[in-house]
Amino acid sequence: MRRLPVLQSVQSAPRAIVQAAHNVTKPNRDGSPWYARVFRLTTTRILTQAFCFSLFIFLLWVTWFSRLGGYPASLFLELDPLVSFATAVSTHTVYRWLWRSLWILVPTLVLGRVFCGWICPYGTLHQFIGWVFNIRRNKDNIGVNAYRPIFQFKYYLLVVFLILSAFGALQIGLLDPICLLTRSVATAIQPAFDSALPDVLAGISARPGAPHPRVFAGAWFIGFLLIGLVGMNLVIPRFFCRVLCPLGAFLGTLSRFALLRIDRDLTKCTDCNLCMRHCEGASDPQEALRKSECFVCFNCIDDCPEDALAFRLAPVPVHERIIGSLKDGTARLFGRKVISKLPETVLAPPDVPRRRWVFAGIAGLLAFPFLRFSKSVNARSYSAKAIRPPGTVSEPEFLERCIKCDQCINVCPTNVLQPSTLTEGGLEGLWTPVMDFRTGFCQLNCTLCSEVCPTGAIQKIDLARKLGKEAHVEAGPIRLGTAFFNRGRCLPWAMETPCVVCEEVCPTSPKAIGTYQQEITRWDGKKVLLNQPYMRPELCIGCGICEHECPVQDDPAVYVTAIGESRSKDRSLLLGSEVKRT
Amino acid sequence: MSNERRRARQAEPEPSAQELEQQRDHQRIERRALLKGALGLGGAVAAAGWASLAPPSWPLSLRDPDGERGKPKASVRSLPDGGFRVPDAPSVAELGVAHGTQLKPMLLAALDALGGIGRFIERGDVVVIKPNVAFERPAALGATTNPEVLTALIEIVREAGASEIRVADNPIESPSSCFVRSGIQAATQAAGARLFLPTPEEFALLGTPGATWIERWPFFWGPFVGANKVIGVSPIKDHNLCRASMTTKNWYGLLGGRRNQFHQDIHGIIADLALMLRPTFVVLDATRVLFRSGPTGGSLGDVKPGHTVVVSRDSLAADAYGWDNLLERQGEALPAYFAKSAARQLGQPDWRKLSLKEVNVG
Repeated sequence: MRRLPVLQSVQSAPRAIVQAAHNVTKPNRDGSPWYARVFRLTTTRILTQAFCFSLFIFLLWVTWFSRLGGYPASLFLELDPLVSFATAVSTHTVYRWLWRSLWILVPTLVLGRVFCGWICPYGTLHQFIGWVFNIRRNKDNIGVNAYRPIFQFKYYLLVVFLILSAFGALQIGLLDPICLLTRSVATAIQPAFDSALPDVLAGISARPGAPHPRVFAGAWFIGFLLIGLVGMNLVIPRFFCRVLCPLGAFLGTLSRFALLRIDRDLTKCTDCNLCMRHCEGASDPQEALRKSECFVCFNCIDDCPEDALAFRLAPVPVHERIIGSLKDGTARLFGRKVISKLPETVLAPPDVPRRRWVFAGIAGLLAFPFLRFSKSVNARSYSAKAIRPPGTVSEPEFLERCIKCDQCINVCPTNVLQPSTLTEGGLEGLWTPVMDFRTGFCQLNCTLCSEVCPTGAIQKIDLARKLGKEAHVEAGPIRLGTAFFNRGRCLPWAMETPCVVCEEVCPTSPKAIGTYQQEITRWDGKKVLLNQPYMRPELCIGCGICEHECPVQDDPAVYVTAIGESRSKDRSLLLGSEVKRT
Repeated sequence: MSNERRRARQAEPEPSAQELEQQRDHQRIERRALLKGALGLGGAVAAAGWASLAPPSWPLSLRDPDGERGKPKASVRSLPDGGFRVPDAPSVAELGVAHGTQLKPMLLAALDALGGIGRFIERGDVVVIKPNVAFERPAALGATTNPEVLTALIEIVREAGASEIRVADNPIESPSSCFVRSGIQAATQAAGARLFLPTPEEFALLGTPGATWIERWPFFWGPFVGANKVIGVSPIKDHNLCRASMTTKNWYGLLGGRRNQFHQDIHGIIADLALMLRPTFVVLDATRVLFRSGPTGGSLGDVKPGHTVVVSRDSLAADAYGWDNLLERQGEALPAYFAKSAARQLGQPDWRKLSLKEVNVG
């Protein structure tokens, strides 16, 4: 009798399981145990990357009033060695938590660019997107991971950025991957995430309890830049990391001293080039390894069919120890036959010709005057709308410190902090925080931006300092600017209509806005009691809540400009305003 | 065509019968594919034609001849007729005033003067409590409701059998910061009530028939879904424009939208607020009195202790009592919103005409 096929498969199921288990636990051909197949270094790397990426996103997610509770919200920025090095160059100091970058610096000096391959969340994003959308054939994968001279470009950028830092114009934040990703998530991804979130998931919203969806100046540009840079992975894998990343260039330069590297065994390597298939850094493991480009991802070791690659201490190249001729196949190394036709195994320093370092240097020297003598950031003609958050150091010092990471903008509860566009800050101030009082206002009892700033561009202040209380009575409150009335647009002044919301919301005590009361007879004969507001500038702290609440919404009748800000004596308004207020 | 080619062509053999049959087969398939394509295309064109040309009342029509159909239509909510008031009880006082320092006994005493909490809250009620959390200030500055008063009130309402207690306000400054800094969030959570933050999805259009300015206006609707009792608990504050902000002005914190326009007729909008929300009762929290620099304050020098709570069904009476006795502005004319609201039969600003019971606790 024929057995039913279903029955047959049920009976054979246990056997299949046993067989599968047997297959999984079978030792490797080289005799290594089965788990060497699963618990590989590359698996560890992928798990580490997933962890670091999740941690990065988590820390940005907790960067919010109701969630901050001792989390090191700006940890990744503090770990970033370029941030601490460039700010040390520009300020000659290492602010607060920036010493944490030693945790990256030291492993880099020993192992090379492990940060790029294992930790950097932006690198992980690039690697993941490149992997998911990779439709190339194997042959093309090998070709696309070959080193190209354009990969030198990041070193020129680094030179320009470091020279600018030395002059006090910190620009690394434009392209530093941690700054760039923090900024992109804060100003572009976060609003998109929150708007896509269904009501039932409101609890995991990035900005729970925010009264309005958050808006950011130039979010479209920051967002499209993110898509564009990530999208470049479809053309050249890790395009950003290989071509643009100034942090990668910095770590690459340091890597030349690294003790460990991928070492190619010339007596095993058949020059098959399969190691290039998944090479993240395009570091040429198939010939002379470009240590400065290597992300230490270990894919090449996984891919090598001859087991010719290993990550090990290899300080001295071996090609001088080869005896015999490579051409006629008589070459031998330490008694074994050399199979590879490419005797060079390492190229440590970045592949940048000396004259080009010089060119980059000249470009950097010129870049500073180009930036600083642009009107918007120059002390002689600064923008009235470049209003900086409370605790910000004076403008030249600020430009030495701000890395445009926009963590302050991320944490700001009222959305008043905006990434500067070219209008307020020029290119030098691009994406630095400025206050836009039509979007929000500086909440009196809030100092969150000063808590999260990793570089001290906004110095950590407490509430007493901000409000000029307790030990700071002498210094007075921090003033962000001064409010002005535009009587031509003010309802009580120009339109015989009662209003004075500005006076109502003015948070100082006594209020900086007072009113003249007068009864007038309107055009229609109606008697109206008007409170016409005026400003007491010595009391105004420039918080901008008057501007924000002014019903003449599109071009408020009361508005704050930067003049009178207390962070800089050059920008004071009233005679003797540094003297203690009565 | 050259002769050679013609000859070559003539030399070609004719297709076999089998080959011709294959050709016919192919043509049949082509015909079917063509018919299918044509039908699909025709259907799509017909559907597009129907959607765009059929009169608007017909099913599946998208036609919008004058642009009216395309405009968004917001549904308008309404609060129950007569608001959240409980029936009159002539034998008890309309105004309960308690002085002292122990907040819960004071509140209970003031409520007892009105007939006890049992008159207002029944078992299973869903109660909305509206404190004033307008600014991000510590409670000591008197710009916001005293969180201890709120805690006592929540406890009393819970003990009266309420099944759910909700606390809601739409502050002027950043809501989550205001709730934390004022202590209202901690008080709410510690007392086990539910806090509603004014996120955009919580708002809906509210219809208030007869209102001057807010006949239809965005309203903090979320906490009111399923609620059947509403209690206002507001501090007593000086106000730069309307002179005094107390329990009636407190409802301003339930509005959304461009509410900063209302200062152009502040008394009119407060009279509208009195019409919009007719509470179960209100508590005037005069444990602190912000007597100047209102409504924001900002200095302890602007605040004096009041040691008083006032409870009433009539917010105008409670406010007028506060104006005379707590802000100590007796003799000065009441702000215009009192008369405007009274003209709508929304309360009695002349509190002396009402029965009042005053007690000292502890």
